[in-house]
Amino acid sequence: MTHKTDYVRRLGDNVLVLSQRLSEWCGKGPALEEDMALINVSLDLIGQARLWLAYAAELEGAGRNEDQLAFLRDAHQFHNLLLVELPNGSYADTLARQFLFDVWHYFLLEGLCESSDARIAEIAQKCFKEVTYHVRRSTDLMIRLGDGSEESHRRMQDAIDALWMYTGELFTTDALDQAMQADGIAPDLAELQQQWQQHVTEVMREATLQLPAAGLWMQGGGKQGRHTEHLGYLLAEMQFLQRTYPGASW
Amino acid sequence: MNELASRAQTLQASIWEWLEAIPDPEIPVISVVDLGIVRAVEVSDADAEAARCTVVITPTYSGCPAMGVIAQDISAALRQHGLAEVAIRTQLAPAWNTDWMSEKGRRNLQQYGIAPPAQQVVDIRGISLRRQAAPQVQCPHCGSMQTVCVSQFGSTSCKALYQCKDCREPFDYFKAH
Repeated sequence: MTHKTDYVRRLGDNVLVLSQRLSEWCGKGPALEEDMALINVSLDLIGQARLWLAYAAELEGAGRNEDQLAFLRDAHQFHNLLLVELPNGSYADTLARQFLFDVWHYFLLEGLCESSDARIAEIAQKCFKEVTYHVRRSTDLMIRLGDGSEESHRRMQDAIDALWMYTGELFTTDALDQAMQADGIAPDLAELQQQWQQHVTEVMREATLQLPAAGLWMQGGGKQGRHTEHLGYLLAEMQFLQRTYPGASW
Repeated sequence: MNELASRAQTLQASIWEWLEAIPDPEIPVISVVDLGIVRAVEVSDADAEAARCTVVITPTYSGCPAMGVIAQDISAALRQHGLAEVAIRTQLAPAWNTDWMSEKGRRNLQQYGIAPPAQQVVDIRGISLRRQAAPQVQCPHCGSMQTVCVSQFGSTSCKALYQCKDCREPFDYFKAH
C-alpha cells in the first residue's frame, strides 16, 4: 500500500508543480489567446493534482488532506520530474517544455486508464480527455514555430536542446515504477518511451527541427526527491500563505 | 412500507425539480441538471421531518472552480426546501460529457449568446494527437455558419473562442467534450 501511496503522490506532484509554473504566465502571455490557453492548461492541471493528491492522502491514512500535501511538504518530499520545475524561461522554453511533457502525459494517462486500481483508472480517464487538448495544442505550436520564421525556429531549437537532458527521467524505471508495473497499476515505461519517441520525432521533423542525438547524458533525481535549486523558490511562493497563516481559508 | 416508498419517490421527484432551479454559477442560463452534472438523487428516511438525501454530482473539467460553489448552492437550496441533511457526493466515472446536456440547456445557451456543442462526443482514445479540424459552429448572434475558431481555449475551461465572419462578433462556443 505504501508503494501505491508514493506512486499516486508522484503523479500529483508532477501536475501540481507544472500547474504552478504555468500560472506564472497569467497576465503576461505574448497574446491574449495564448495567455488564456496556458492558464486553462494550468487550471486543468491543478484540478488533476487535487484528484491525485486527495487519493494519495486517503491511501496514506495519516489524517492529511490534499492541501496539506501540497502546502506543507518541503522540496525533498516532492517527487516530481525535474522537467516540470524548471523556470519558464522564454515563451519558446515554456512551449517546448509543455510539448515534451504533454506527449509523455498523454501516453502515461492512456496507460493508466487501464490500471488495475479502479480509482487510478477513473482519475486517469477524466484527465486523459483534458490532456488530449493540451497535446494537440503543443504539437500544433511546435510545428508552427519550428517551421516559422528564422527567429522562432532558432528559439525552438535552442529550447529543445536545453531541455533534452531532462527527458531521460521521464522513462527511467526505479524500484517504485517496477513494483507498480508488476501489479498492473502503471504502464511499462519502456513502451511509453517508444510511443513518446515516435510522436516527438515525427513532430520535430515536420517542424524542421533537429532531434538531439541519441545517448546524450541525462539528468535525474527528481523522482527520488533530489531537485534543482529552482523547486525551493517555486514552493516558497506557492506555500507562503499556508506556512505563514496555517489553516487559513476563505 | 409502501406508503413510505412512495413518499420517498415523491420527494425524489421534488428534489429533481428544485435542482432544476439551481443555475450554473458561471453560465447562469443553464441549470446544474440541464448541464448534466447531477448524476443521481438518493433519499433515505423519507418521513417528512428528518428526510436525508445525497446528491451525486460529477465535475465538468477537473479544475473547474465552479464545482465548489455548485455543491454549496445545492446544499443551501435543499435545506431551504426543508431537508434536514444534505450530502453531496462527487463521482468521477463515467466522466462527464456534453452529450448529457439537455435540449433545453442547449437552447438556453444559444439564446444567451453561447453556441452549444455542435458535435456528438466520440471516444477519443487512440485517435490522433494532432489538432483536429475545428467543428463548424453556427453564430449564436446572426445564425451564420461562416465562423472561425480563434482559440480552442476560451474564457472558461468548457468553452472555445470563435468569431463570426458575417456579423464580425466574437462569441463563446461550448466545446463538445
